[in-house]
Amino acid sequence: MSLADELYRETILDHYHNPRNQGVLEGPSILSVEGVNPLCGDELILYLDVKDGKVEGISIKSRGCSINTASSSMMTEAVKGLPVERVEELIDAFKNMMLKGEQTAVPEEFEDLEALQGVKKYPVRIKCALLPWNTLIEALHSAASGETAKAISTE
Amino acid sequence: MLDVARVRKDFPILDRIVNGRPLVYLDSAATSQKPQCVIDSITDYYSRYNSNIHRGIHSLGEEATAAYEGVREKVCNFIKATSAREVIFTRNTTEAVNLVASTYGRQHILAGDEILLTPLEHHSNLIPWQTLAKERDAKLVYCDVTEDGKVDVESVKRLINSRTRIVAVTLTSNVLGTIVPVAEICTIAHASGAVVFVDGAQAVPHLPVSVQDLQCDFLAFSMHKMLGPTGVGILWGKAEILEEMPPQMYGGNMINSVWRDRVILNQVPWRFEAGTPNIADVIASGVALDYLQALGMNNVRAHEKQLSQYALAQFSKIPGIKLYGPSTVEDRAGVFSFNLSGVHPHDVGQIVNEEGIAIRVGHHCCQPLMRDLDISGTARASFYVYTTEEEIDLLIGALDKARKVLGHVACR
Repeated sequence: MSLADELYRETILDHYHNPRNQGVLEGPSILSVEGVNPLCGDELILYLDVKDGKVEGISIKSRGCSINTASSSMMTEAVKGLPVERVEELIDAFKNMMLKGEQTAVPEEFEDLEALQGVKKYPVRIKCALLPWNTLIEALHSAASGETAKAISTE
Repeated sequence: MLDVARVRKDFPILDRIVNGRPLVYLDSAATSQKPQCVIDSITDYYSRYNSNIHRGIHSLGEEATAAYEGVREKVCNFIKATSAREVIFTRNTTEAVNLVASTYGRQHILAGDEILLTPLEHHSNLIPWQTLAKERDAKLVYCDVTEDGKVDVESVKRLINSRTRIVAVTLTSNVLGTIVPVAEICTIAHASGAVVFVDGAQAVPHLPVSVQDLQCDFLAFSMHKMLGPTGVGILWGKAEILEEMPPQMYGGNMINSVWRDRVILNQVPWRFEAGTPNIADVIASGVALDYLQALGMNNVRAHEKQLSQYALAQFSKIPGIKLYGPSTVEDRAGVFSFNLSGVHPHDVGQIVNEEGIAIRVGHHCCQPLMRDLDISGTARASFYVYTTEEEIDLLIGALDKARKVLGHVACR
């Protein structure tokens, strides 16, 4: 299999070139969390709006690589509008898929996210894919505890 | 000029096949490859005369001590220092910077004093000074860099003042390849009574460097970037400054006499080499220095200049490429940072790796410079004595592939 078949699948390139939910969210209920991958210097800011236990709004401002950008884009699409508990289940499912190689029971919300499975063969890039998800975990913690800004790292 | 085909035969790793292609190693700025003679010297030491140094009088100990101390002489000659006493072995350049910042720095930096840096500094020649400045309530001052990545010497003149105690400057940028006019900066600094610490990690392996010509006060570099093994750094300092510096570590080898309640320290340089050092790798570093001396550092520089000229011409033909650093070979070393429009450096690195080509991607331990350039990172190709124009052609071809796979107009 070539690199294009494994890693740079069409779905990934589509999200890379046209990332969904990119940019800054503003408003009194919005919290922002910074995620950093010290290995490559990729940084992103995740904006999250949680209302009544539901992810009302989510966006990411970043300048990441294809894998990072696609993962961010797909993640925001997958979790927008979902209850926080379901989002937490999806985060677990995604991390299991990427880190433990579990292929069974892919949640229906994943759709495009399955395309990221090819990244597993490139261990260095797994961090690129995980950065938005780890940042989302922090953001949900912050939302639960009422904080509004935080920085996390994937190291 | 170098006989590159012959040089390449000395490097066994260059026979490797990576992802089905012959290795094209364009990451020598991170670490260089090693010639067989350097690799052999490590085995030779462990199989024939492995022994601790500076202790005991048995033959093996004498041989090991002579070999280890002999390398100090070789380093002294290599950088045109006047005395081997001024050469201290460390683990790497980073340790050398930390040694000076934590000893000389702590002795001389007081509240309100200034430390002048360039925006080109590697984290290792930045964070030790930043931390020292914070600890002492001193000020970090950065000079300016021109659009094409050269240090603006006028800004150095303007910024150095009677409170400037230390100027920490790289001789060659590991990102932009810029060769910094350090001799000129030393003259300016000394006129104000400041000392100059030079990070030579990217320069000493590639150019003839003379501490007498530079007139610097400290010079640090790493042997693993100049054909030697990992784990050996060099700190050179002027004897009169080293004499006044306290050690950064205490223990064996760095003492003259010890009582229950006091110690008389050993002389320079051994005062700064507490504990058993990296004997095998220091000895192998001597072999690397011999190898480079035999090639001739003027020839090494001429070879890299020629490669750089070729690379500048070839890179400029790639549509959508942004090349960083000086555009004239006189002002730069064989280190080329670039970005392809719409392709993240991480992806560039991944795609060229499929062709067996090793380049570095990311921030190159220069995050403040990346912020200045308003980028998250670059792809970087760097050359050395074994690099050929054909390898540059292969990189150019692979970059074209990267553009085709990913470089569709970015819609952001």
